[in-house]
Amino acid sequence: MAGPAASRLTRARTRAAWLFLAPMLVALALVAVWPLGRTVWFAFTDANLSDMGAAGFVGLANFEYLLTDPEWWRSVWNTLFFALVSVSIETVLGLAIALALNVHLPGRGLLRTAVLIPWAIPTIVSAQMWAWMLNDVFGVLNELLILLGIIDQGIAWTANPDTAIWAVIMVDVWKTTPFMALLLLAGLQMLPTECYEAAKVDGVHPVEVFWKVTLPLLMPALLVAVIFRLLDALRIFDAIYVLTGNNQATMSMSVYARQQLVDFQDVGFGSAASTLLFLTIALFTVIYLTLARIGSSQAEERP
Amino acid sequence: MPKLVTFAALAALMVGASAQAATISISCGSVGAELEFCRTGAEAWAKQTGNEVEIVSTPNSATERLALYQQLLAAGSGDVDVFQIDVVWPGLLGSHFLDLSGEFSQEEVSAHFPAIIENNTIEGALVAMPWFTDAGLLYYRKDLLEKYGLQPPTTWEELFASAKQVQDGERAAGNDKMWGYVYQAKAYEGLTCNALEWIDSFGGGQIVDADGKITVANPQAAAALTWAASTVGQISPEGVLNYQEEEARGVFQAGNAVFMRNWPYAWGLGQAKDSPIQDKIGVAALPKGGEGGKTTGTLGGWQLAVSKYSDSPAEAIDLVRFLTSSTEQKRRAIEGAYNPTIPALYQDTDVLEAAPFMGDLYETFTNAVARPARVTGAKYNQVSAEFYNATHQVLSGRAEAGAALDALADRLDRLSRGGRW
Repeated sequence: MAGPAASRLTRARTRAAWLFLAPMLVALALVAVWPLGRTVWFAFTDANLSDMGAAGFVGLANFEYLLTDPEWWRSVWNTLFFALVSVSIETVLGLAIALALNVHLPGRGLLRTAVLIPWAIPTIVSAQMWAWMLNDVFGVLNELLILLGIIDQGIAWTANPDTAIWAVIMVDVWKTTPFMALLLLAGLQMLPTECYEAAKVDGVHPVEVFWKVTLPLLMPALLVAVIFRLLDALRIFDAIYVLTGNNQATMSMSVYARQQLVDFQDVGFGSAASTLLFLTIALFTVIYLTLARIGSSQAEERP
Repeated sequence: MPKLVTFAALAALMVGASAQAATISISCGSVGAELEFCRTGAEAWAKQTGNEVEIVSTPNSATERLALYQQLLAAGSGDVDVFQIDVVWPGLLGSHFLDLSGEFSQEEVSAHFPAIIENNTIEGALVAMPWFTDAGLLYYRKDLLEKYGLQPPTTWEELFASAKQVQDGERAAGNDKMWGYVYQAKAYEGLTCNALEWIDSFGGGQIVDADGKITVANPQAAAALTWAASTVGQISPEGVLNYQEEEARGVFQAGNAVFMRNWPYAWGLGQAKDSPIQDKIGVAALPKGGEGGKTTGTLGGWQLAVSKYSDSPAEAIDLVRFLTSSTEQKRRAIEGAYNPTIPALYQDTDVLEAAPFMGDLYETFTNAVARPARVTGAKYNQVSAEFYNATHQVLSGRAEAGAALDALADRLDRLSRGGRW
C-alpha cells in the first residue's frame, strides 16, 4: 500500500514544483528564449529594419555571405585577440590584488570597497572619460608622459590603429580587474588554513607555498572567474564603440552585428552575425564545461 | 436651434482643444550652437501659437544620429514629431515621413534652392523642407598668414607648404601645440565628406556616377588620397584620425591650427566674443587638386521632416513652416552663420554683413558636390561606410591609395550586385 501513496505524494510534489517554477519559466521564455529564437529566425530571412513585415526566407544565404566577408573575419580576430589578452592581464593583476587584500591589514574593508570603484562606474561613462584622457592634444595621459620626458609629442592613442586596440584593452583591464580580484579574494578566503600551518611547520618558502598550495587549491575558483570574464569579453561592445566607433581596425563581433542591424538596417544579415556570435560564446562554454568535467572526474579517480 | 448651439459649442471646444493641447517634440542636432538656435526658434513658434515644444537633443555624430532615428522610426514611435535630417537621408528614411507637397504652397516651396527640393523629393513626395545648407569650407588664420606674408592657398600643395611654414615658425616661436591643418578623419560620415572633396577637387569623380557605375578606382582619386595621407603627422596631428567636426573646431578655435576644413557653422562660433581667434579668421573655398583641379565642397545641410507617426501632424507642419521661413532662416544666418536655403537671402545686406563669406562663396554653395545618395538609395549607408573605412586605412598608413581604392571598387561592386544598386 505504501507504493501508490508515495507516488501520489511524489506527483503532488512534482506538480507543486512546476507551479513554483512556472513564473520563472514564463519570464525566461519571454526575455530570453523568444528574442533569441526570433534572432535565429531572422538570420534565415532578408528582413529589413524599415519594413520588417516583408521579410522572406532566404535559407543560408546570409551565413554564406558572412563567412566570405573579410571584415567579419577581421572582427572575429579582433574579438578573440581582445578577449584573450585582456582576460590574461586581468587574471594576473586580479590575483596579485586579491593576494594583497587577503593579508590582514588595518582598514582592509575600506580598501576592498575602494578597489571596486572602477567596476561600479558604467562602462559608457568610464570609456568616455578615458577617451578624453587619451586625447592626443589635451589628454592628461600624454601631458603626463611628456612631463616625465618619456615622449615629446602626444600619441594619438585611439586614432592610430596600432595603439587603438591596446587602448581598448587598457580601459577594459582598468575596469574589470577589480571584479576579478573580488572573485579570487572570495576563493582565497575559502582555502583551509591547515595546509598553510603545515607548510609553516615544514619551513617552506612563501613563493613555493604560493605555487604548491595556494594556486592548486585556488584553481577551481580561478577557472570560474576566467570563464566568467572570457564569456563577457567576447561580447565586448561599449568600450570599443565609445573609444573608436565603427572603425574596422578595432571592430568586435558585436560592433559588426550592430552596424549591420542598425546602421545598414539589414536585420537578416545582422541577425546571422549575432547568431554566430552566440554560437562562438556557446562553444567556449561547452569547452569549459567539458574541461571542468574531465578535471573533476580525474580528481575523483585520484586515491 | 438648441442642437445647433450644442454643435457650435462642441466645435469651439474641439478647436480650442486642438489649439491648446499640442506639444510638438523636435529633434535637433547638437553640433556647435545648433541646439541653442533650434530651441530659440522653436520656442518663438510656441509662444506665437500657444503650443508647447520639447527639444530632443541627438548625438553629434551624424552616423549615430541616423542610427537613433532609424530605431525610433522603425518602431513606429510618435515620440518625435519633427526630425532634423541630413541631406543624404531622404532616400533612407523617406517612407516614414509625411508628404509635404500638399501642405506648402508652390510659392513657399519654390523659394528654396531647386536642387535641394529635388533632393528631398522621393518618388514624387516632398518628404522634408530645406532648413539650412552646407558646403565644406577652408578656414584660415588671417593674422598668421599675414605674419608670414602668405596668401590663402588655391591648391592643396600650396596649403601643405603654407601650413608647414607657419607651423614650424610658430613652434620655433614657442607654441609647440601648433598644427598646420585639421579636418575630420574619424571613420564616420564626416570622413566621407572630406574624402569626396579631396577626390573631386583632383577631378576623381564622385565615387559612384549618376548611372550607378562605380568610378572610384582612378589615378586622380588615388593621387588625392595619397596627398591627404601625407598630411597626417606632418601638418595634421595623428589624432585627426579620430576627429569629428567639434574636435577639429576645438583645436582651431583654441588657436592651435592654421587651417581647418569645416562647415559654415564654425564661423559663428569662431567669431563669438569669447573666441580666442575672434576677427582673425578668413574663409575661402577649399583648394584645387593641382593646377588642373577644381574648387569644390561637399554638399551638406539639414532638412526638417514630419513623422508619419506624429499625433499632431498639423501643428508639426506649422512648426516646420515657421522654422524654414525666410524670417527664421535670416535670423539663423545673422546670429549663427547657418546658410539659408533661400537664394534671395544671399542678397540680403544684413546677412552679408554678418557673414560676408556667404556672398563671396555663393558659387561654392550652389555648385557643391553631392554624395552618391540618390543613386545608391537604401544602400548609401553601406557605400559610405566602405568608402570611409577604405579612406581611413589609407590615411592611417595601413594601405596604399591605389590598392585600397581597387579593393573598395570590388567591395562596392559586390554590394551593388554589379552596379545595379
